[in-house]
Amino acid sequence: MKKIVELKNVVAGYEDEVILKNVNLAVFQNDFIGVIGPNGGGKTTLVKVMIGLLKPVSGEVVYYPTGDDNVSGRLIGYLPQINKTDNKFPISVKDVVLSGLADRKNIFRRTSKAEHHKVSELLEDSGIAHLEKKNIGELSGGQLQRVFLCRAIIADPKLLILDEPNTYVDNQFESELYQALKELNKKMAIMIISHDVGTITYFVKTIACVNRGLHYHASNIISQEQLAAYNCPIQIIAHGDIPHTILKEHNHKH
Amino acid sequence: MFFELFEYSFFVNASLAAILTAITCGIAGTYIVARRIVFISGGITHASFGGIGIGYFFGFNPIVGAMIFSILTALGIEYMSKKTDVREDSVIAMLWSLGMAVGVIFIFITPGYSANLMSFLFGNILTVSTANLYMLFVLTIVIVIVFLTMFRSILYVAFDEQFARTVGLPVTFVNYLMITLVAVTIVLSIRIAGIILVLSLLTIPQTIANIFTKDFKSIIFLSIVTALTGSFAGLFLSYYFNIPSGATIIFFLIVLFILARSFKTIQTTLRLKSQINRKA
Repeated sequence: MKKIVELKNVVAGYEDEVILKNVNLAVFQNDFIGVIGPNGGGKTTLVKVMIGLLKPVSGEVVYYPTGDDNVSGRLIGYLPQINKTDNKFPISVKDVVLSGLADRKNIFRRTSKAEHHKVSELLEDSGIAHLEKKNIGELSGGQLQRVFLCRAIIADPKLLILDEPNTYVDNQFESELYQALKELNKKMAIMIISHDVGTITYFVKTIACVNRGLHYHASNIISQEQLAAYNCPIQIIAHGDIPHTILKEHNHKH
Repeated sequence: MFFELFEYSFFVNASLAAILTAITCGIAGTYIVARRIVFISGGITHASFGGIGIGYFFGFNPIVGAMIFSILTALGIEYMSKKTDVREDSVIAMLWSLGMAVGVIFIFITPGYSANLMSFLFGNILTVSTANLYMLFVLTIVIVIVFLTMFRSILYVAFDEQFARTVGLPVTFVNYLMITLVAVTIVLSIRIAGIILVLSLLTIPQTIANIFTKDFKSIIFLSIVTALTGSFAGLFLSYYFNIPSGATIIFFLIVLFILARSFKTIQTTLRLKSQINRKA
């Protein structure tokens, strides 16, 4: 299987505080990794390092571009936490999705007919074609997240990273999102940050516990004891009738 | 009698200034309103007074001094709020009052009476100098070219800086470029509306436009048209009634805003009523 990104002995943090220590992680094609851990444990820092927003203090992040990338092709797509943008900003759904095709090499870049067509197609596939011309202020939280998901995948990334996509959205969107991710996983690797361990373990293939360091767990089944062993003190919440695969007893050698 | 006015060169200058100001303020204003950086723009505007004071004291064109002060303030706010841990609004307040303080001191120690001071504070479109007009012309060309060629990048960076960074857009460069253009636009509009009132030229037309459209480009065009109407109305009214142009323009724009808002409210109510009637 092809590697997409690899973190080698990464140490990262802000100003005077080291948040992540000696993180090693390789993301492969078809991976579906759930990132869990307590608040302040470094989940978002990990993402920032991976998408290049934060330079590691030491260690390195290695990217493996596939070579056959076309102009719009990008290695990593990113869905940020929802509450960061201004929903009164005068921008249409179409323009938000088009921004996913912006090019690092050319700030003078214009959009082509083919790109507009691609956006319309993606919105159609995502079931939100009717929102194309709407202003983002007219959307519900769930609709807005769908639009941001389209923006993250419009450039056909090899890896899609989602930062707590289920915060502030309704349950209906949440279950639709997980179904959509399952579908997307056939085309790209996925890494999803969540504090909602109970739900994500049902969908992901493997788990990364992040609390200042990173423990990779090559299975989606994890017990309370293992979480404790990984220094990952989080509460596992049962979710009504959503089946989840967390077992109390589990023999897994480390 | 109306057209005879254009035989006076001062009136031709004033008209050209009105047109160019409408274009530059229409574009720069849409950017600052969309990004909610009106307070930053207020800081830049008032800080430029420091440059005006220094210009008076050393005897060079106060607008040149104002330009230097406002650009430094703009870059200072952008830099300090991003790279240091001082909070952005505190930075703005400090630089805002620092500029004013420098201006007050230098105007105080300048011997004699500062005759034109009032026109910098309150603006006078009828006394726009040819030099100011040339600068305004160059700015118009620059800002139009920047927006035509970099529109997508500017829009994306303004909307979501963090995402723009992840796709590799030069966010810092775009931010510094834009804040500099905003600063220059403000300074060159001081002659028209004055330090105290200039901000309204960059916000009221946009607010009116925003009532009718939520599209960035359409807001720019509609703001330019609105600003054009406002500044020509101000120009004629201030000429005929001999009152300050800046205040006249703002008064006119506010009336326009109230009319637009009322129109929209009535329109929405009527549409709702007809929908209810159709269902019944």
